[in-house]
Amino acid sequence: MDIELILRVYPFFLQAALVTVQLSVLTCILGLICGAIGAFMRLSRLVPLRWFGAVYVSLFRGTPALIQVFILYFGGPQVGINLDAFTAGTIALGVNIGAYMTETIRGAILSVDKGQTEAARTLGMSKGETMRKVVLPQAARMMIRPLGVNINALIKGTALLAPISVIELTQTAQRFIGSTYKPFEMFLLAGILYMLFIYAVGLGINWLDRKARIS
Amino acid sequence: MGLDFTVVPDYFGMLLLGMGWTVAITISAGLLSFFGGILFAVIALYGHWALRLPFRAFAFLFMGTPLLLQLFLIYFGLIQIGIDLPAFVAGVIGLGLHFAVYNSELIQASILAVDKGQYEGARTLGLSRGQTLRRIVIPQAVRAVIPPMGNNMIALLKDSALVSVIGVAELTLAAQQAISRTYRPFEFYLAAAFCYYIINLALEAGLRRLERRIAASR
Repeated sequence: MDIELILRVYPFFLQAALVTVQLSVLTCILGLICGAIGAFMRLSRLVPLRWFGAVYVSLFRGTPALIQVFILYFGGPQVGINLDAFTAGTIALGVNIGAYMTETIRGAILSVDKGQTEAARTLGMSKGETMRKVVLPQAARMMIRPLGVNINALIKGTALLAPISVIELTQTAQRFIGSTYKPFEMFLLAGILYMLFIYAVGLGINWLDRKARIS
Repeated sequence: MGLDFTVVPDYFGMLLLGMGWTVAITISAGLLSFFGGILFAVIALYGHWALRLPFRAFAFLFMGTPLLLQLFLIYFGLIQIGIDLPAFVAGVIGLGLHFAVYNSELIQASILAVDKGQYEGARTLGLSRGQTLRRIVIPQAVRAVIPPMGNNMIALLKDSALVSVIGVAELTLAAQQAISRTYRPFEFYLAAAFCYYIINLALEAGLRRLERRIAASR
């Protein structure tokens, strides 16, 4: 193992890790928004909305995320969408993970006992109130852990932006493998940073989950 | 430049060939991840500690890092130590190992959930420890995790697009080749997405049939 080389290149990796963190946060926010909208469409009483939600989930989960990134980034300019790699990549990954989050959020809402809805309706609450005050607070607790799984996948998924030259961790590792011919060292360096980030996020999810259980 | 899908049929053969390679990679890596998953699970649960510890480190590393990074490691790392594998083989090994680790986690939990009485019964009947594992415990454990392993297969199919980055001539790379001749990325990536979607539907239907057959045989 070439320690000297690692000490020389690690600042580049730290900088790239920061980009990976930014990408992950933005993708996560966009994914949660898409997931919430998608879940409400899938649970809607209106057939076209339900159908639209189902098509969204099926198409985006049924094709590779890499291809979705390529369509937006390389194909976008043909239909008048000119975005830089970072923006295009974030949007594509966010909408992609949103399809997975749709199913997570929908599952959590459906798992709330039906008796809760019935009781709230019997007490005179409107449908909207029942959803807002009774179902969602309970569902929110149940979706923390499965959303954590989605977030874990999303962090590793940001590596897909390496092929469109976003200078994040995997792209940096790839670049340095090319220039130093030390694949193992570069893999270890990037790998440790990924795992630290994923570990920290995991701790946060656990904390949130415990907190939600107690209250 | 607007859209013009009329160029796509000219490259139909190219895309079809790419689809064939994608299916071949998915099947090869899928088989590797299936048997590798069983092997890893046995090592993790019953292996000697000298084997178990490095394996834990390997599994930890492979579950915590992106597949694309692992593909770079395997492809360039093997070249560095003098093994010049064709990109296809490197891609299959990378995908197969990655998903073998995920399958192994499923199988480990499932092996531990097999009733202890099964194990004791087999040992009482005179089967050796290895025989008991091979003939009694593992078949039951694997059968119980076919549905979640099926989900991993679907993820593997989609992640097979990543091996285009190390130069495996599958569907994504076929689309890229067509694009480099026509300069029509939107049309060809969309066509590739369509092809993936078709393979995905076929795979899902196959897995559903498999699950029904397993459920019926119980």
